[in-house]
Amino acid sequence: MGHHYLLPDISRPGRIGCSLPRLDVPPSELPSEELLRQELNLPELSEVDVVRYFIALSKLNYGVDTGFYPLGSCTMKYNPRLHEDIAQLPGFASIHPYQPVESVQGALQLMFELQQYLAEITGMNATSLAPMAGAQGELASILLVKAYHHARGDRLRKKILVPDSSHGTNPATAAMCGFEVGTVSSNNEGNVDLNSLESMMNEEAAAVTLTIPNTLGLFDPQIAEISRLVHERGGLLCGDGANLNSLLGKAKFGDLGIDCVQVNLHKTFSTPHGGGGPGSGPICVKGNLAQFLPSPLVIKNDKEYTFTIPLKSIGRLGASYGNFGVMVKAYAYIRTLGAEGLKEVSENAVLNANYLKEKLKAYYHLPYDRTCMHEVVFSGKKQKAKGVKTLDIAKRLLDYGFHPPTIYFPLVVSEAIMTEPTETESKETLDAYIDAMKEIAREADENPEILHTAPHNTPVRRLDEVKAARQLDLRWRMGKHH
Amino acid sequence: MNPKEYKYTQEHEWICPEPGNKGKVGITDFAQSELGDVVYLDLPSPGTQVEQFKKMGEIESVKAVSDLFAPASGQVLEVNQAVIDEPGLVNHDPYGDGWLVRLELSNPSELDALMGSDKYDEFIAQLGEEDSE
Repeated sequence: MGHHYLLPDISRPGRIGCSLPRLDVPPSELPSEELLRQELNLPELSEVDVVRYFIALSKLNYGVDTGFYPLGSCTMKYNPRLHEDIAQLPGFASIHPYQPVESVQGALQLMFELQQYLAEITGMNATSLAPMAGAQGELASILLVKAYHHARGDRLRKKILVPDSSHGTNPATAAMCGFEVGTVSSNNEGNVDLNSLESMMNEEAAAVTLTIPNTLGLFDPQIAEISRLVHERGGLLCGDGANLNSLLGKAKFGDLGIDCVQVNLHKTFSTPHGGGGPGSGPICVKGNLAQFLPSPLVIKNDKEYTFTIPLKSIGRLGASYGNFGVMVKAYAYIRTLGAEGLKEVSENAVLNANYLKEKLKAYYHLPYDRTCMHEVVFSGKKQKAKGVKTLDIAKRLLDYGFHPPTIYFPLVVSEAIMTEPTETESKETLDAYIDAMKEIAREADENPEILHTAPHNTPVRRLDEVKAARQLDLRWRMGKHH
Repeated sequence: MNPKEYKYTQEHEWICPEPGNKGKVGITDFAQSELGDVVYLDLPSPGTQVEQFKKMGEIESVKAVSDLFAPASGQVLEVNQAVIDEPGLVNHDPYGDGWLVRLELSNPSELDALMGSDKYDEFIAQLGEEDSE
């Protein structure tokens, strides 16, 4: 069923959706004519019109609450409802950022303990919860790298090195902070090419940013060697914690030689995300970097919890303390699962990804045929040889009722299909997805046209992505009809 | 097919030598097919000095933003306004109407370092194989 009308389309003159209470104050005169606005021309609707309109729109939504959402690199796991209950407790939901700390000790205790839990999970010494997104956590990492080198009088390090498989935010963050970006090649196993790193890691390189496991869903077994090389040459090793969902309780960034890392609470710690947030990207660091952390941190003195600003802090990242509601949900997640439960999260996330890999690798090209971590990257090149692009495959998945995986990323894999099932999906769900992908592979052989013209069963058909990029128009204007 | 008279880089740009040490530059059919639909081009303005194999601009497709490299050193004489207005020309006619800039070559012998069409055909065939290992 389509939904192709807007509220002005069903407006009827004089129709009204509210009844005002009887006037119980003396009426006052309207201001003079020239101060009054023209007729506003808002849609005139009954309450039921409005309710049906928005309910119909909401039914077009697709999210983790409606179905499988294997969007690689995004960790679209199910978000337990318990978190919502906890976050809505009045002691958390009804407090103000600037009320006296002695009146919000419970909230501060939660932040303090979350700082400690994240430091423990990542193997670091200190945490700042201030960053309000993964990318802002990355920004904090790189600002901190700059502060670290400047504090020791080294102003020559102008480069941040990133692997060619890295997420676009890694080089973008480095550039935002005034660094040049050096791209380190990957070898044919999908790991860092040590020769490439060796040649680039010099006195101009401030840090290397590594996503662990990397964006191919692979764990780089050379990490100790990389860490030794980077540190020997005076650089810092930054982690991008976007893929922490595969490591919980299994490996700690600190033990792997990472100096600072951001943790995406909205991915690994199961808080709702997508559609613009809100996110939360706390940053965890080794002891020597703690003095540079973004403020504020929560500390505990003799009698109470309070806020503090680290000695050489890179400063604030926002007006208050980060996205507190997200912290509450992540805290609830950690406390609900406990240490053993968190380990199981990663075990099942990795198991699910490898199950998909083994079941589908006969049908889709697998560029790096090794045990993967929490996600698996296929290539659509077998299908491309028959004129079917990865985009067609993704669009066809919509017809089968699934959200498609991430496509065309990472860039080092042509026609990439990056699939992250997460631990919250059952074998039945995975099998249904596998069946759909097999069916699509068969269609690519036998009836490619059905893929070229997909999707067929959705409220709108294939969208014009070129037009969307060149003539993006997100604003509805009165009187302008599309 | 890749035109015989053009020269090609490993980054999939082509240059078509023209009389008077000039050359027209674009990206190859292979490049446009890998990129997908092109939506924006950031090209050097006329008068800009470009250096062989150094970045001279950017090309954005629905998939990603990629760097454009100069196939030879020289000065930008002209930018193809048609392709700025309608980047889809790069996809539809990469060797014709989809050209990007015209250069005045400062060192025409640099073209010897580029691949001819036969060698470029081999080069992209090889890329396909490596990828499938």
